[in-house]
Amino acid sequence: MSQALRTPSGGRINRARTVRFTFDGRELTGFEGDTLASALLANDVHLVGRSFKYHRPRGVLTAGPEEPSALVAIRRDAARVTPNLRATEVELYEGLVAESQNRWPSLKLDVGAVSGLLSPFIPAGFYYKTFMWPRRAWQWLYEPKIRAAAGLGRAPEHPDPDSYSNRFAHCDVLIVGGGPAGLAAAHAAAESGARIILCEQQPQLGGSLLSETDPGAALGDGEWLSRTIQGLMNHPRVTVLTRTTAFGYFPHNLIGLEQRLTEHLAQPDPRQPRERQWQVRAKEVLLATGAIERPLVFPGNDRPGILLAGAARSYLNRYGVLAGRRAVLLTASDEAYRSALDLHRAGVTIAAIVDVRPQAAGELPEAARRAGLPLHTAATVVGTTGRLRVQGIRIQRLDAQGQPQGAAERIACDLVLMSGGHTPSVHLFSQSRGKLHWNEALQAFLPGQSPEKARCAGACRGIFSAEAARRDGESAGALAARDAGLAIGAIIREPPLLEAAGAAVPGELPQPAGRPAIKAFVDWQNDVTSRDLSLAAREGFRSIEHIKRYTTTGMATDQGKISNLNALGIVARQIGKAIPEVGLTTFRMPYTPVTFGSFAGYARGELFDPVRTTPIHDWAVHEGAVFEDVGLWKRARYFPRNGESMHAAVNRECQSVRTSCGLFDASTLGKIEVVGKDAVTFMNRLYINSWTSLAVGRCRYGILLRDDGFVYDDGIVARIAEDRFHVTTTTGGAARVLAMMEDYLQTEWRDLSVWLTSTTEQWAVIAVQGPGARHVLEGLVQDVDLSAAALPHMSVAPGRICGVPMRLFRVSFTGELGFEINVPADFGAAVWEAVYEAGRPHGITPYGTEAMHVLRAEKGYIIVGQDTDGTVTPDDAGLAWAAGTRKSDFVGKRALERPVMHGPERKQLVGLLTAEPHVVLEEGAQIVPDARVTPPTRPIGHVTSSYYSATLGRSIALALVRAGRERMGQTLYVPMPGGNLSVQVVSPVFYDPKGSRQNA
Amino acid sequence: MLLISCPYCGERPELEFVHGGQAHIARPGDPSACSDQQWADYLYRRDNIKGVHAERWRHTHGCGRFFNALRDTTSDHFLATYKVGEPPPAQAQAQAQLRKATT
Amino acid sequence: MQRFSGLSLIRRGLTGQRGWQPQWRQAEPKAAYDAIIVGGGGHGLGAAFYLAKEHGISRVAVLEKGWIGGGNTGRNTTIIRSNYLFDESAALYDHSVQLWESLSQVLNYNVMFSQRGVMMLAHTVHDVQVSQRHVHANRANGVDNEWLTPQEARTRCPLLKIDDIRYPVLGAAYQRRGGTARHDAVAWGFARAADALGVDIIENCEVLGIERDASGAACAVETTRGVIRAPRIGVSAAGHSSVIMRMAGVELPIESYPLQALVSEPVKSIFPCVVMSNTIHAYISQSDKGEMVIGAGTDAYTSYTQRGGLHISRHALEAICELFPMFRRLRMLRGWGGIVDVTPDRSPILAKTPVPGLYVNCGWGTGGFKATPGAAHLLAWTIAHDAPHPINAPFTIERFRDGNLIDEAAAAAVAH
Repeated sequence: MSQALRTPSGGRINRARTVRFTFDGRELTGFEGDTLASALLANDVHLVGRSFKYHRPRGVLTAGPEEPSALVAIRRDAARVTPNLRATEVELYEGLVAESQNRWPSLKLDVGAVSGLLSPFIPAGFYYKTFMWPRRAWQWLYEPKIRAAAGLGRAPEHPDPDSYSNRFAHCDVLIVGGGPAGLAAAHAAAESGARIILCEQQPQLGGSLLSETDPGAALGDGEWLSRTIQGLMNHPRVTVLTRTTAFGYFPHNLIGLEQRLTEHLAQPDPRQPRERQWQVRAKEVLLATGAIERPLVFPGNDRPGILLAGAARSYLNRYGVLAGRRAVLLTASDEAYRSALDLHRAGVTIAAIVDVRPQAAGELPEAARRAGLPLHTAATVVGTTGRLRVQGIRIQRLDAQGQPQGAAERIACDLVLMSGGHTPSVHLFSQSRGKLHWNEALQAFLPGQSPEKARCAGACRGIFSAEAARRDGESAGALAARDAGLAIGAIIREPPLLEAAGAAVPGELPQPAGRPAIKAFVDWQNDVTSRDLSLAAREGFRSIEHIKRYTTTGMATDQGKISNLNALGIVARQIGKAIPEVGLTTFRMPYTPVTFGSFAGYARGELFDPVRTTPIHDWAVHEGAVFEDVGLWKRARYFPRNGESMHAAVNRECQSVRTSCGLFDASTLGKIEVVGKDAVTFMNRLYINSWTSLAVGRCRYGILLRDDGFVYDDGIVARIAEDRFHVTTTTGGAARVLAMMEDYLQTEWRDLSVWLTSTTEQWAVIAVQGPGARHVLEGLVQDVDLSAAALPHMSVAPGRICGVPMRLFRVSFTGELGFEINVPADFGAAVWEAVYEAGRPHGITPYGTEAMHVLRAEKGYIIVGQDTDGTVTPDDAGLAWAAGTRKSDFVGKRALERPVMHGPERKQLVGLLTAEPHVVLEEGAQIVPDARVTPPTRPIGHVTSSYYSATLGRSIALALVRAGRERMGQTLYVPMPGGNLSVQVVSPVFYDPKGSRQNA
Repeated sequence: MLLISCPYCGERPELEFVHGGQAHIARPGDPSACSDQQWADYLYRRDNIKGVHAERWRHTHGCGRFFNALRDTTSDHFLATYKVGEPPPAQAQAQAQLRKATT
Repeated sequence: MQRFSGLSLIRRGLTGQRGWQPQWRQAEPKAAYDAIIVGGGGHGLGAAFYLAKEHGISRVAVLEKGWIGGGNTGRNTTIIRSNYLFDESAALYDHSVQLWESLSQVLNYNVMFSQRGVMMLAHTVHDVQVSQRHVHANRANGVDNEWLTPQEARTRCPLLKIDDIRYPVLGAAYQRRGGTARHDAVAWGFARAADALGVDIIENCEVLGIERDASGAACAVETTRGVIRAPRIGVSAAGHSSVIMRMAGVELPIESYPLQALVSEPVKSIFPCVVMSNTIHAYISQSDKGEMVIGAGTDAYTSYTQRGGLHISRHALEAICELFPMFRRLRMLRGWGGIVDVTPDRSPILAKTPVPGLYVNCGWGTGGFKATPGAAHLLAWTIAHDAPHPINAPFTIERFRDGNLIDEAAAAAVAH
């Protein structure tokens, strides 16, 4: 029958709703409220996965997020495949398709298990000792084999179609964990008036109480749980987030939460985000993160059917599932007896209780005795049997010294429950950089003081019983509200009543000396055994961090949640130190694995980065422009007509500018308005140029250095008034130039009365360039005399165009007669279209950045960032003429005085002409002085800009060449894969060196 | 993401700010009087303190103002923020000394 | 030193892998050595190894504050390449790559150096110009680097999305000899080999001061385990370089920033090379274990906390998910932070210092792991000869005063 191990009644599942699912293609059923793990166990399926290294058969070990073994892939469709999910967390839904991992050809018959036979020869770190010969074989033989064997599940192969969302939130108190402590804390804090966020990783609130048949009995208050949950759900100041994991504790009380929104649904709305990542800034954080049961380390402890005692109890009480029919309990604490008692009551045969302790005299052991359960104290487990499921265990008695003696006794069973006590979950506390202290009675690290505004409550600080945890949470919640600034009455917080519950000393159970090589697992997933840890210690690894890295213990997808303390115990014993002396490995985020997509959130495609467009963008799109990304901007690169290539389009655009008129969108240029009575002083101190002599209405080419003397930015600067400059910057430099200006103004030159305003997006800039430019504008411009006499090259005038106020610049980055029309951005598109219409009779042609680059290169104008690279001085770039010679200081001046800035080794900007006029050099190509030079060599320069110039009918290039200006006329060589290209060093100004065209 | 208290605007998330490096490094009044070494020290030498140090921030996506902060680089916790031109609060530094001594 | 080999594993496997000796001794500090290396990362351990092996100086102590390899050696994304722009840098990093190529054999320790190729993506016209300049410069320097079209890039890395993204891939620079290595093994391998040559590796030994003699030369270090004398002291302390060097009165142009990295859960082998994008800040490769190893950026502020902000990891994963949208469903397993020591020109300092007998190796920023054997080798040379090797001669402290920067960061300046 199906669900053979389902109890006839009980549990928190909805037996009225049967849910069908498949596991490795096998059709099974469970109930609403099941996890995949509980449903598999209900169906008597115990073999769920294979381990990482030895491909050992593995089943379900836990009932929570600490699960290391029962990992599956969940497949919704070809693209929605999620590997490595823990079956203990996967909520069952109708039609769920689960697949086991890391096995071939099948889970039952896995060829990879052969590595188990090799295990004597492949201990921890074996790969550091071999695969070194022959040297090349690592690359083509060993590593590919290792890689083929490694990994767990398969990564999805198709783009994830789901979406993810982000949210920021603030609260007075963030409470992590919805168990008794967290619920009580939330209640108390909310009652104090605090704004609360309560997050719980499970689908329901209740924590450990969900695994009780009668939570009320555990608390001594039958209605408390439902009453408290109800109260919180309806509380106006409380946000309850279930299926939400607090995964990381970041500086200044920022907590990352991952909320799973659709993973439990059979048919999620595709428009709904799959997950939401919260960034919560909390005044106070209250951690009620509970505790995780620790397994015991003994030979053969990893077979399917061997579970944590508490997990088996959860499966019974919460899910109505018996994990087996004939059970043995292995324990070192009283608490685990509850599992045996509950299972016994549910009809499971308890074949034995094996208690490692010499005596078991508490209330629970007594109850077990009264129930007639066979109890062996002072005993240990020396082995187990069974292949795909446990079939029995062998136990041996311990003598007074705790050493095994006598003959081993075999006990048949199909279920082993084990408990080494509980480990408080201090992960987030530790991430907050809180210090941990070892508690000998509990054999656990407990939280101390955190440097953040954080406190712990309940089991995560060693207060394990539900009732005590509830009381602890209540006072902690009130204290958190107080510390968040809410007025409340006096609170008395009881010191933790640390029940000496008798947790097992972490480590391996006592084993007979000289025992055979049977693996006792510490890290289930990574197959790290006690022997591996001992080997690491013998090989001299002393730091627990070394041992972790050498053996990989604690590095599996459970991140050591169940293995770390046992590993620590084994190492401590091996090297003869106490556990706290050996120390803990660092707790790192995330607490449990977090989906990449939830980090990326909305940032995809268009939203990956903001897109900046100019007012003329839509027109350019309509005209079929091809765009390039420049910073965040989209700039029209060229305007192909009738399927033109870029080369053809650029040639046509360039020739139009040279012969008639071109129209260019320069709106992306950075623009900064520098205003104030000290504006000219400010500009004098900042830029290398002299600004005092610049008359109102005139422009100057400005160069800005960093204080290390290297060119930082450039641009045309216009003096609009005595106290007002219109400064332009490069497109990419706008923000950093403004930041630099603000820096000097606010922190160095606080005596200056200057205001800086970014006007980049306030002005649309329309460049009209070419011999016909004046004719195009004549009919449109009002209040400005466009004649060369009234508005000469490098001048600016206010006026109107098409009725719109403008600043008209007579400037040229092309070497032609040119104007740059600055109009308020809102009018940019309209003015552009008007200019275009007016220009059509004159053959006006829109051109893009590519043509702009060619045109400026023909004139030898540099592009900062292309012809300079942060190592270029003004003199290197041939711009020393721009510096104000009478200025005692400007930014960068002192650095330029260093000898090396004038040395003979400096690279200088020159022009290059290829011997073959139609060969266009590659930008970035290197330059050598001698054709016979072969690599390796040190080149004397490189090509910075290189184009085909339609105007000149040949290629041109700019280059930075060592002592370049002394090399005029020399022949140099550009090595290319096909051989050297010879080039002649020439002036960087290829076209109209006298500048007569731009002055027309 | 740090929470930074702008002296003009109050607490804001780090994303609104740009870090401006070590504070209280004044540009020499007469650069030409500096030796190459002095100029290099101004440009490049940084204390890189492990502990409490003074640093500059600019509330770029807020008021746009530069200000200074005392922050402990071993914990990233701020001890104080203060306006440009003000001396670093001595009290905060003392507190930090005290805290260091007691831990 | 016990020889490591497949045969030794099999032989000892027959007796339960017993009989392995400690890979290095737990050495007690002696009163004096011929040389002291401060910092037990790969660089420091390697320097000690090369001092002993190549310069006959084996009375050497490596002093490590915590556990060896616990700093940036064990906190990086293990990317190795040498396709740097400037001649000096390319020579330095390629020296290292050449040592990497035989390091497993030299150390008899498999450091798993895997020359799987490093692909650096270009997303803008400016990126293309800069990348092609790298390719040409490297080729002239004799360092392998080649230009791939977007389609060729996708052929090498089929998961890479090259179009229909915010910043389409316009090409890539590809260095075949680049790749990854197993970071911890580098520290352990150097430690074991150095130890076998007589070097004392002293863990849990924090340096508290550096003593100078009457002539001003460095002569001893004060540590938590006593004063240890040596006429030559090499400092290789990464993020703590400023702190240590100040003990000797040497000020450095360095700032220490948090740098984060993360790995996914392990998945079956799917990713054949290393992919980097400086423009959108993504660095990714797959480890031998199957984890996707992802580098994030530095935080904006200086810090010694070894942790950074959530927004930094978010930014890194935004970029990864943009380039590899199938990875959105993968999950972050573990994230961590290191402290990187950054110089103004993003190139290291590997040089003598103004204090006689004191040598420094620092300022590697985010690029220190790849340089491990090279930096170690050159630091040893510089200590042994009291003079730099020609390869590290340009990497002085004084270059900042003189203006001889080797500015690898500058070339990334944004255009237009």
